Amino acid sequence: MLYKRRDFIKISGITAAGSLVVPSLLQSCNGSSLSGSFSNYLDHFEVTPELLRKVIKTAMSKGGDYADLYFEHTISNYSNLEDGKVNQASSNIAYGVGIRVLKGDQTGYAFTEVITPEAMLKAANTAASIANDATAKKITENITEYSSPNLYPVAVSWEDTSIKQKIPYLERVNEKIFALDSKVNKVNASVGDTTSYIMFYNSEGLLACDYRPLVYLSVSCVMEKDGRIENSYVSRSSRKGSEFLTNEMVDNLAKEAVDKANLQFLAGKPRAGEMEVVMSPGESGILLHEAIGHAFEADFNRKKTSIFSDKLNKKVAEDFITIVDDGTLPGDRGSLNFDDEGNPTENTVIVNNGILTNYLHDRISAAFYKVKPTGNGRRQSFRFIPVPRMRCTRMENGPHKPEEIIASVKNGIYVDNFSNGQVNIGAGDFTFFVKAGYIIENGKLTMPIKDINIIGNGPQALADIVMAGDDAKLADGTWTCGKDGQSVPVTMGLPTVKIRKLVVGGINA
Amino acid sequence: MNTQEKYNLAELVIAHALKNGAQQVSVSIDESRNNNIEIRDQQIDNLTESNRNSMTINLYVDKKFSSNSTNRMKKDELLKFVEEGIAATRFLAEDEFRMLPDPALFYKGGGADLIVVDPSIGSIEPKTRIDLAKAVMDEAFNKDERIISVSSNYSDGMSNRVYVTSNGFKGDSARSSVTLSASVSVKTDQGRPQDYWYETSLFFDKLKKTDIGKKALERTISKIGPKKISSGKYPMVLENRVAGNLLSPLYNALSGYALYQKQSFLAGKKDQQVASKVLTVWDDPSIPSGPGSRHFDGEGLALAKRAIFEDGVLRGFYIDTYYGKKLGMDPSSGSSTNVVFRLGDRDANAMVKSLKKGILITGFNGGNCNGSTGDFSYGIEGFLIENGSVIHPVNEMNISGNMTQIWNNLVEAGNDIVEGSSFMVPSLLLDMIDFSGI
Repeated sequence: MLYKRRDFIKISGITAAGSLVVPSLLQSCNGSSLSGSFSNYLDHFEVTPELLRKVIKTAMSKGGDYADLYFEHTISNYSNLEDGKVNQASSNIAYGVGIRVLKGDQTGYAFTEVITPEAMLKAANTAASIANDATAKKITENITEYSSPNLYPVAVSWEDTSIKQKIPYLERVNEKIFALDSKVNKVNASVGDTTSYIMFYNSEGLLACDYRPLVYLSVSCVMEKDGRIENSYVSRSSRKGSEFLTNEMVDNLAKEAVDKANLQFLAGKPRAGEMEVVMSPGESGILLHEAIGHAFEADFNRKKTSIFSDKLNKKVAEDFITIVDDGTLPGDRGSLNFDDEGNPTENTVIVNNGILTNYLHDRISAAFYKVKPTGNGRRQSFRFIPVPRMRCTRMENGPHKPEEIIASVKNGIYVDNFSNGQVNIGAGDFTFFVKAGYIIENGKLTMPIKDINIIGNGPQALADIVMAGDDAKLADGTWTCGKDGQSVPVTMGLPTVKIRKLVVGGINA
Repeated sequence: MNTQEKYNLAELVIAHALKNGAQQVSVSIDESRNNNIEIRDQQIDNLTESNRNSMTINLYVDKKFSSNSTNRMKKDELLKFVEEGIAATRFLAEDEFRMLPDPALFYKGGGADLIVVDPSIGSIEPKTRIDLAKAVMDEAFNKDERIISVSSNYSDGMSNRVYVTSNGFKGDSARSSVTLSASVSVKTDQGRPQDYWYETSLFFDKLKKTDIGKKALERTISKIGPKKISSGKYPMVLENRVAGNLLSPLYNALSGYALYQKQSFLAGKKDQQVASKVLTVWDDPSIPSGPGSRHFDGEGLALAKRAIFEDGVLRGFYIDTYYGKKLGMDPSSGSSTNVVFRLGDRDANAMVKSLKKGILITGFNGGNCNGSTGDFSYGIEGFLIENGSVIHPVNEMNISGNMTQIWNNLVEAGNDIVEGSSFMVPSLLLDMIDFSGI
């Protein structure tokens, strides 16, 4: 399931200047031979290498095969403009450690929001109870520091950015939108930033630390004309610091919001039924996310409940189709330096020239399939178990020209703006909701359309991609993926593609 | 922390905020505990235990407002958190509409016990939980050769909240819940259909603990061999378990936020006929052991039973203090309690039997509704009905239309609400719905 941020605002934030309450640092360093940034993280969470080992030992004490600790400190800020003024703000601090124990593919999990030795050992004991062997495995005393290139370097951190510095951008987008069109009636604009300190330690002695920034700016615009009301919603998101906020980005968003709302006044509904569907480059990657991405997540396949469970190494699409799930795009909302179980992220090829080559793995499924983890083990926070999740799911360029693709359609639709999608993993039926598009008649875009749901079947739709353009593009909107009650940031990308047929919601004459 | 300690902490934080420049403050302390067990194919898949605590501090400083929450509950940190929150709030623009509710509207105590807490839930043995989940799974496991996976889930939890405002409100509330569910997947030559069943209750003893795996299996088997059918206008029977999906967009349009943001197709329609005469819905906060029962809302406003729709006429909205002031409307409550339908006299099966041709909807798959216009389009799962019988499952179908039009096409409300949900919605019969298929 996928939705834009607007449909899923749970918590929010505000910063005066500098950081909010950061846990006090220990007086002395932990005295270990850890390198600087690692020992800073240990200090940040007020733990020592000895304590980490003790908690892991307790977690493994009932015969678990593996255990890990996921420390998190997340500071979120949110400010909103309504009626021309930035007069609403909120902040949230989440702090804690999740303790996981694996026994085969069984999981025991507990977390504590108070990081003291007593609370951690209690949680470790709870998680340990998934196993009940008499003998505990020996664990390593050595600590291996994980290092990787930083995919999201920050010029100015959100902790060093006052709300005062965010306000002008929200005011600017509001002014620009009102200046662009006299039909504009309401503008709401918000900026939400999140900074997470993550420290991961496991029973193999791996210690990994990450500083994860994430920000979005979103705008909704309502227009009114002759009693008719139409709206639009646009946003941008990235793993960046406050250098993310620029006048140029804000001006582009303003124009996009106005153009989208204006188009709605001209839009109608298509006829109901099956037809050819052309998907625009970029955000249409929602097709990959829903039609196949979830069904490729290896937990569903390990449990045999995915419609793609027996399709590995089989032909699933035309030869010119290559699809990847990429966790390594610099600054991308879906990227991670390492996943939430300490595995390196990578650019995983899931369909290579039409052949299904890889599922998306977490630690459990990788062990089950005896493959290397793909770095897809993700979680919403320390309160959740990691499960296989997508990052940036995108299709590489195909051999066709976008104009040629549109020209090939006699009766169909062109879709280019979406709000949400969903999939039923076993049956394979997936949907996405189209906010805007066009009817295609005799190879030309004609009447705009809006607010229709499209439904198809995953394996069939993948096989039915009969043309793919050479104009692959990434979406930079605020996409959030929901699964098992957990939300994680993702992105997607697609070139222009044509699907032979999908069922389009509409009207019956 | 016990309840009294939470009150003490809340009052300490309020006093500190007032001393440091806030004119009004509200503090809530939310705590929840949850245990979850998932069993898959006769083996425990995961055991999780969750304990959460957080404080939310709403600050009203010189007509400026911010909301700040944290799960770091140490006293000295909270006081610093308040000071920084006040400093940050001063950067915002003034907002004349931000203030705590009028104390005259607060719940003053003295209400009857709503009986929404089962104290035994905190002391259920781990083995009992596992045995219950296993028993549910055993109802389906190996019961059909097409089965590829059965999973079952037991969860129980308790949540409580202490809420204090600087202008005189003090109140606490708590709620328990327990749920058993099962999910079954089968392998066919046309995909791997999956379906589920669940039972939920506020009370361990009242939870229905059998026929969950069995029903999940029956529902999954019934979905084997779906066919696409032609687009057209058909009547539809909407099963009670999913009827809330159609009610949600109607309910979203009733909020003060939606009205003010021009994202409500029901704006300005008070006391007008907006739906079929069949639609009568009350918001009733005081049903004993009702899943949505409460004496006061999130702001402390006292609640009372009121009509939302009466014979299809719109009577009530959900207005909180802030948007009430912006809209010039009296605040009622920002959120629903128990949503109670006026019931008819037969269930979904009887409705199906009465149809010559139609669709029985048992699930939704994506879709959305444009709040400003009420235009919607949803993917559905269900069955073709002909001459009063369920003929076969249908797949890849959407329903589309406008919320006002579809609720005007409501022909009948059933008598079969689902236990355990605050949306007490029965199965519904609606006519002339636009289905898109082949």
